[in-house]
Amino acid sequence: MRDRVILGLLLLGAILLPFGAQAAGFPATTGIATQIACLAIAAASLNLLIGHAGLVSFGHAAYFGLGAYVVGILWEHFRLGEPLLGFIPGTNQLLITLPLAMIVAGLAAAAIGALSLRTSGVQFIMITLAFAQMVFFLFVGLKQYGGDDGLVVRRRNLVPGLDLRDAMQMYWLCLGLLVAWLFVLARIVGSRFGRVLEGIRQNERRMAAIGVSTYAYKLVAFILSGVGCGLAGALMANYLRFVSPEMMSWQRSGELMVMVILGGVGTLFGPVLGAAGLVGLEYALGGITEHWQFFLGPILLGVVLYARGGLMGLLGYGRGGGRGHG
Amino acid sequence: MGAAGGGGMADPVLVAEGLVKRFGGLVATDNLSLEVHTGELHALIGPNGAGKTTLIGLLTGEIRPDAGRILFLGADVSRLSIAARARRGLARSFQIVQLLDDDTTLANVALAVQAHAGHSFRFWRPAADEAALIEPARALLAQVGLGEARWDTRVGDLSHGERKVLELAIALAAAPRLLLLDEPMAGLGAAESLAMTETLRALKGRIPILLVEHDMEAVFALADRITVLVYGRAIASGSPAEIRADPAVQEAYLAEEHG
Amino acid sequence: MSVLLAEQLLNGVQLGVMLFLLAAGLTLVFGIMGVINLAHGSLYMIGAYGAAVVAQATGSWWLALLGGLGAAAVIGMAMELLVLRRLYARDHLDQVLATFGLILFFNQGITMLVGRQPLFVELPPLLTGAVEIFPGVPYPAYRLLIIAVGLLVAAGLYVLIQHSRIGMLVRAGATHRDMVRALGVDIRKLYTLVFGLGALLAGLAGLMAGPVYNVQVGMGEQILILTFVVVVIGGIGSVRGALFGALLVGITDTLLRGIMPGLLRTVLPASEADALGASLSSMGVYVLMAVVLLVRPRGLFPAHA
Repeated sequence: MRDRVILGLLLLGAILLPFGAQAAGFPATTGIATQIACLAIAAASLNLLIGHAGLVSFGHAAYFGLGAYVVGILWEHFRLGEPLLGFIPGTNQLLITLPLAMIVAGLAAAAIGALSLRTSGVQFIMITLAFAQMVFFLFVGLKQYGGDDGLVVRRRNLVPGLDLRDAMQMYWLCLGLLVAWLFVLARIVGSRFGRVLEGIRQNERRMAAIGVSTYAYKLVAFILSGVGCGLAGALMANYLRFVSPEMMSWQRSGELMVMVILGGVGTLFGPVLGAAGLVGLEYALGGITEHWQFFLGPILLGVVLYARGGLMGLLGYGRGGGRGHG
Repeated sequence: MGAAGGGGMADPVLVAEGLVKRFGGLVATDNLSLEVHTGELHALIGPNGAGKTTLIGLLTGEIRPDAGRILFLGADVSRLSIAARARRGLARSFQIVQLLDDDTTLANVALAVQAHAGHSFRFWRPAADEAALIEPARALLAQVGLGEARWDTRVGDLSHGERKVLELAIALAAAPRLLLLDEPMAGLGAAESLAMTETLRALKGRIPILLVEHDMEAVFALADRITVLVYGRAIASGSPAEIRADPAVQEAYLAEEHG
Repeated sequence: MSVLLAEQLLNGVQLGVMLFLLAAGLTLVFGIMGVINLAHGSLYMIGAYGAAVVAQATGSWWLALLGGLGAAAVIGMAMELLVLRRLYARDHLDQVLATFGLILFFNQGITMLVGRQPLFVELPPLLTGAVEIFPGVPYPAYRLLIIAVGLLVAAGLYVLIQHSRIGMLVRAGATHRDMVRALGVDIRKLYTLVFGLGALLAGLAGLMAGPVYNVQVGMGEQILILTFVVVVIGGIGSVRGALFGALLVGITDTLLRGIMPGLLRTVLPASEADALGASLSSMGVYVLMAVVLLVRPRGLFPAHA
């Protein structure tokens, strides 16, 4: 009960954040919080794969970037008035770009996952990284969409009922989708499917022995996490009004993984804390020195070696700890 | 080898024909044939290194044979995956227990029940609340004698004996057509061994069992038939009395492993 | 045309040989210790910077050689003692993230020490010329040296692994890690040795790379990812696989880069052709990896049974 109250208060605080930020004289905080929400959606999706299925994918930024580029490419064709590939019209309608981003990311995840999941362990990590690089290089080479320099999306997408040019409304959209996505992930984790994933993470040999063909479940988890990253990328593209191949770089993949472990692997809110933590560190340390990553390295090392449960663990909500499950 | 069919003999549930497995220069399984019949408890004994583990691996599908085939319920399963064989009713327990240590006892069994119920592509309903999974899990745990007090315990915290019993419950969750038990008594104390023996005795006759064991008391108390494995070959197969009297067996095995 | 092809092939072998130096260390560390070390690329970078800085300061190529190798060896040892040791028992996620942290640390550290501008390394006059390997086919002497050094190392590794006691332990460790421990071998010394060897090879690759590629922050990661492709294609724990995979990847990548832009220029305007050509060439090795995986999920020469 107490947990629910805390959760409710935090949600209320999150909703009221833009007002507080304005009143306190830091309106830019709303923008930072928007970024955190987008990244949290991606991190939470990756957490399903890493934390619950035990599959360490080092290439999920590819799906994040793909989602972003769906928005960018559709915008570009909308702006130019020319259809993509001759028959797909451009658009700046969010209700089209968002689902499309998720579908494209999902299809890519299906293709890459189908191949990558034929391996396991270290090979799997290396292969997911390599495939993400492939996607990265593909977009670097697409000069008509900006290539290495990226693509400017001059206006945010249109949504009936909201004006996304308003920073507050953009934030609330991302916050709302984050909450909705977390809810969906929570249901998935608690469902029969989620139980199988946990089983695969803890003892895949045992799962085979009880008759579970693990490949199919791993692939579905891979696709679901890709879809989530695609959603996050599309939102981020709208927020930044800019897309670039950097969004699919291996560094970005690494950052997503850092968020997952910083917040606490395998917990529901860990990814949110992790995203907030990493972005927070970037702003806090980045303000002191441009070489802030010099300190991030050892911090990360420290978390991995000494604080495995991440921030959720420190707060007493680590996996298997305060919040046990049957 | 193995008892040939005669009038009134029950159909074999499992038939291994001429299995061969080599690892480099080592012949782990040497033209081995074996049958398990409906209703029987067939024990497999042999000194360490005899190839019992390899045989289990071949039967379950973890290892592919270099020659020979395996028939389960009349069908050739030699090419099937581990999971496919398990779904047909070939359940096994592991010598070194393979459990989900982070989950509770009940959750472990419930997951096995769930796996048996069909595919698990259900994404919405909380599995922890499903009576269709929890009730059978409880019944199974009661059947193997794991007390209710331990049902919500984290499996990593269970004692060794409890883990072995849980391992059996999980195998039973699949309503198996054949139970492959790999040293279920390993590491158990005297009282626990007796309890396990009684549990197995209760299962005897209802489910065909292939029991790999070192515990001779249990083997001779439970087995309808015993096959003795040495260096990958079956050197003898017959009733417990026949095996006890067989001089080749005595020399190769029972003398080493004091009775 | 054939002169161009010969030159491209040799360039491919040269890249392959450098990838081999990195891949051999990586695959052994992974095969024997079970650790995935992302900071392997950092040792490559440190070797390059060590040599470049010493070369600029002293003007002596021999000192630069020592500087590069020394830097890689010392930092490598420190890495093993302080960080890697604690990761042997951990799962892959922990290893990936911890060594990712090391990458950030080293990249920023170098930036702070030396700055962001890429460093240029001058070659000693002896090596700046070209050698005619066939009549009418001149090829840069320095690149030939790299190939020679790489093949020498490969031969040396072969002798070491196939014909020495240490090598026997390495081979055993790659196929059966637990067995080696059970035999009572001082596993820590073996690990340190293997890691040190890997670090030295990485540093050697880095310092040799300096004059050919740019010495800059981030160079380690670019080649590391290619090295991963090599290890995946070759098979984890196999030095033979690393050599084969490295040459395959090196030659494929170089040939694609040589051919693609030219091919595309026949259908696309020049600047677009070049950009797309470069990116398709970069993608090429990953497509190769995907094909290999379809047929052999464990690589071409997997060490483990």
